[in-house]
Amino acid sequence: MQQIINFIIRNKTFLLFLLLFSLSLFFTFQSHSYHRSKFINSANFLTGGVYESVNNISGYFGLKKENEILLEENNRLKSILMNTETGTLRESYIDSSSTDRKYKYTPAQVFKNSYSLTNNYLTINKGKKDSIKVEFGVITSKGIVGVIDKVSKNYGRVRSILNASTKVNAQLKKSNHFGTLMWNGKSPYIVQLTDLPKQATFVAGDTIITGGLSTIFPKGIPIGTIASFNLDETENYFEIDVALFNDMTDIGHVYIIENLDAEEISNLNNLNE
Amino acid sequence: MNNAITTNIVRFIALVLVQALVLNHINFLGYINPYVYILFIMLFPIKNNRLLFIFLAFLLGLSVDLFSDSGGIHSAASVTIAYIRPVLLKFSFGAIYEHQTIKFSNTEFGQRLTYFLIIILIHHFILFSLEIFNSSKIILILKKSLFSSIFTLILCLLITILFSRKSK
Repeated sequence: MQQIINFIIRNKTFLLFLLLFSLSLFFTFQSHSYHRSKFINSANFLTGGVYESVNNISGYFGLKKENEILLEENNRLKSILMNTETGTLRESYIDSSSTDRKYKYTPAQVFKNSYSLTNNYLTINKGKKDSIKVEFGVITSKGIVGVIDKVSKNYGRVRSILNASTKVNAQLKKSNHFGTLMWNGKSPYIVQLTDLPKQATFVAGDTIITGGLSTIFPKGIPIGTIASFNLDETENYFEIDVALFNDMTDIGHVYIIENLDAEEISNLNNLNE
Repeated sequence: MNNAITTNIVRFIALVLVQALVLNHINFLGYINPYVYILFIMLFPIKNNRLLFIFLAFLLGLSVDLFSDSGGIHSAASVTIAYIRPVLLKFSFGAIYEHQTIKFSNTEFGQRLTYFLIIILIHHFILFSLEIFNSSKIILILKKSLFSSIFTLILCLLITILFSRKSK
């Protein structure tokens, strides 16, 4: 016993180092595994508060640009509205919207955005208080941003699509061939669409949208255009580089999407298993 | 003595905030960020309680991790360089370190450069290895470590020169 205590006292520096080092490794591995990082995230009171107060000041610098984005979006929505009122689409439009709405949108503001790491996250100013939960989708007016990954009372953390562990179901706009959207960690403007079957026909420049397979995003949210493509090693699937519509390096305001049917759908899927 | 404690507390908070709010968003050429917060570890007084020093390094890394959502990669790298610092001090400053009398402001520029460079390289290598965590991307790890190290080194030297009190 005496010897053990002596050993501990003699090597206390090394032991402390070992302890703290393994603790940090533990945190690291937790953050690598799919949303299980309980302790270390920026959606807490302290870091969220600091980011909020800084954003209060720096937010003013982007106002002009935000205005232009809003104007552009307004313009797009208005043109859709005007065209449906006079056109033949009206009938079907009312039909589809007369049922209960399926998605609920909540606007939010981005405090912190990273895009140069291999696992990127954003911090937003909506949390449990605004009934935001994990696994809600996050988009801008131009395209998708990511998925909510962690919420505290006032803040939320978004796992960006520029994150090695984010996988989003995506498909071609003109046909129903779908694949999985991932990021290889290289450029913040390019993401990769894999597992798209060989039978799909497309050309560079075609649009990629979200598929309806996941309960997170509604079908048809724009993602980007095909920049380049080639077959993977097995020669059965395409690997496509998708140039994002969103400039992920410059994101101010976002919308959070809640799928009101998510619970029902996942219950149904669980029944099958 | 009291003065040293206050200086270090202020330095700790200032470096974490500067790192989180300014330096993490530089993204020079897309991915090069300086990690200047390790100045705290490099400039920590040499006559110290090693246990406290290692623990402070851990706290420092953890605070940066909290702000940048990176799990524990900064704390792992910081703890390591804090632990091996005595060896590096001996290597860079030689015999003077043995007498425990050096002050960073009085050391030769060349020696200080070696000391900074080695610590920064080790720190960045551990940091990016853990961040990318994929041995098949070793080139990317080395590239990121090298370029970020150069950036960090330049900033660290500039900051130490700017904030050094004239003691000549």
